[in-house]
Amino acid sequence: MSEETVNIEGAVCAPPLPHSEQIVMGHGAGGRMSHQLIQKAFVSAFQNPALQAGDDAAMLQPVPGMQLSISTDAHVVTPLFFPGGDIGRLAVCGTVNDVAMLGAKPLYLTAGFILEEGLEMNTLQRVIASMQAAAQEAGVQIVAGDTKVVQKGKADGLYITTAGVGLIPVGTNIRGAQAKPGDVIILSGSIGDHGIAVLGARGELGFQSTIQSDVAPLNHLIEAMMNTSKNIHVLRDPTRGGLATTLNEIATQSSVGIMLDEKTLPVHPEVAAACEMLGFDPLYIANEGKLVAFVSREDVDAVLKTMKSTRYGEDAVIVGEVTAEPRRRVLLKTSSAVPV
Amino acid sequence: MKYVNEYRDAKLVYGVIEEIRRTVTRPWVLMEICGGQTHAIVRHGIDQLLPPEIELVHGPGCPVCVTPLELIDKALTIAASPDVIFCSYGDMLRVPGSGRDLFSIKAQGGDVRVIYSPLDAVKLAQQNLDKQVVFFAIGFETTAPPNVMSILQAQRLGLTNYSILVSHVRVPPAIKAILSSPHNRVQGFLLAGHVSAVMGYWEYPPLVDEFKIPMVVTGFEPLDIVQGILKTVQLLEAGKVEVANAYSRAVNFDGNLPAQKTINQVFYECDRKWRGIGMIPMSGWGLRPEFDAFNAEKRFDVEAIHTQESPLCIAGQILQGLKKPHDCPAFGKECTTENPLGATMVSSEGACAAYYRYGRVELHQQVEQS
Repeated sequence: MSEETVNIEGAVCAPPLPHSEQIVMGHGAGGRMSHQLIQKAFVSAFQNPALQAGDDAAMLQPVPGMQLSISTDAHVVTPLFFPGGDIGRLAVCGTVNDVAMLGAKPLYLTAGFILEEGLEMNTLQRVIASMQAAAQEAGVQIVAGDTKVVQKGKADGLYITTAGVGLIPVGTNIRGAQAKPGDVIILSGSIGDHGIAVLGARGELGFQSTIQSDVAPLNHLIEAMMNTSKNIHVLRDPTRGGLATTLNEIATQSSVGIMLDEKTLPVHPEVAAACEMLGFDPLYIANEGKLVAFVSREDVDAVLKTMKSTRYGEDAVIVGEVTAEPRRRVLLKTSSAVPV
Repeated sequence: MKYVNEYRDAKLVYGVIEEIRRTVTRPWVLMEICGGQTHAIVRHGIDQLLPPEIELVHGPGCPVCVTPLELIDKALTIAASPDVIFCSYGDMLRVPGSGRDLFSIKAQGGDVRVIYSPLDAVKLAQQNLDKQVVFFAIGFETTAPPNVMSILQAQRLGLTNYSILVSHVRVPPAIKAILSSPHNRVQGFLLAGHVSAVMGYWEYPPLVDEFKIPMVVTGFEPLDIVQGILKTVQLLEAGKVEVANAYSRAVNFDGNLPAQKTINQVFYECDRKWRGIGMIPMSGWGLRPEFDAFNAEKRFDVEAIHTQESPLCIAGQILQGLKKPHDCPAFGKECTTENPLGATMVSSEGACAAYYRYGRVELHQQVEQS
């Protein structure tokens, strides 16, 4: 036997690189890398029994007699991190709030992730940690999820879709079609903060600003309001399209008129200045942590007091009222009334 | 907001309106030249607060509205060219050319970007030396200084991939054209405050002398506007023919002389077509021949594009103050801000958009019914 004999036993493939720093296509291929990513990044962060069971779907207990509130949302934002929040907090709060606007108690979320090849693992982990923090604050569990990876250039870093489920207490009928003439409209705080904060983070304002996004889960605020009054007719969060668009939707759904009082609308001076310079109207700028409530006149004081005692409602104000006419129009009381 | 809230104080505005009421003795027709003023007037309901003797007609001071279809078609051709980054202000994106707009060019893969300053376009040119960056330079005197600065800066930086598509228009020749029309009804002008901040108001005394009509430099907040109206009515009632300044916190007679000097260094006065109105002699600015290298019309060979205007839209008559938006049979029906037929409905400064947005549809119908 010569010493040059090939030693078959000794031949080994180089071990695959772990790719723990960046997302690569293999993370979405469904094999070992996908599994590791899910275990390491997602399951360990979103700890709960339904997710840890590792099944194709989460098995949850029904609650007899309760109605479900279900909503879904897709989240796309540039940049991923902005003053006051990030895409993860946005994804959780957006769906929690949508579910809660029917008066529901949100319980479970699912999350789908579309990751761009080359995304820093550290970025993903920060987003996931932020989602978990927001979920914890809202008191919901992220019980199912999915991950796909697309080629570099085919996505903007990271997209998240979320779905949420909540339970609507018996006898609750809070909906966009329930506004009634005479209802008083309460706004939970200042408008336009989120939209201007994101514009600022993109560097599109042309000047520095200290404006923070208002992104926040509003379900605890809503719970407190519902414990105070049985006469809340409509709840809605004025997200994309702003307060004006939201109120126009409600006026159409309920076939009523809405009169807003411009003097009462809370707008931070920085937001007002940014809008003035760029030709925007704060009424049309997105919010992610605000709600409008349509409440019977007799309960307004109590609801307002409750709201002011909560973290996300401390700046709540009355901004307008529902009128019978003109139907399906939202008017803004300036020196004279103009539609918005 | 300081320097804004004070000028939106309803109590002060009512005071000036009362003064107007006391001053006026007979009917007067005033024109506010600027579309920004038209929007402020309709938004704040100033026209409804005025005594019935005073009629406001809305002038052609909306740069988007008066940009000819032909130039928009040229812009669309350039924006659809390969290796071009086409930069524009936001409200130009939805203005239809012959059958398409910048939005559709973008959807088909054209690189169309909304910017807030032409200097951002210069920056893009620096960052994308393998692309041609074109800025759609429309506007009145107000936007001319930054536009010419962008050319001078590109020249200083030695950029060969930056150019502008120019459609600049000037207020004084437009006023002259309106006053020269046999259909003219306008008896007094509210001059555009922003334009005057750049240009001063030394160009207007000859017009005042020629047409015997008072003109008042006016700002944009409600209080500015009613003060401009009051001053004009005072001059009219006293039979005085002169140029007055009701916006002295921003405007003086000479204007911004360094800005004017820079404009004249890069632009020259030329004839310009106004959408819906037609050719007005010496009413525009074009790039001087020594800046041909920065002239997008020359660079992209679009000078041969000629387009006819649609005969349906009455924007031309509205821009001359001959008709009101609700006089158009399509207003609020086929033509809305969601589905605009003409530029006066698209632009944030257009008179039709102001009437539609601030609910003059119903108001007009109510008046008709009563």
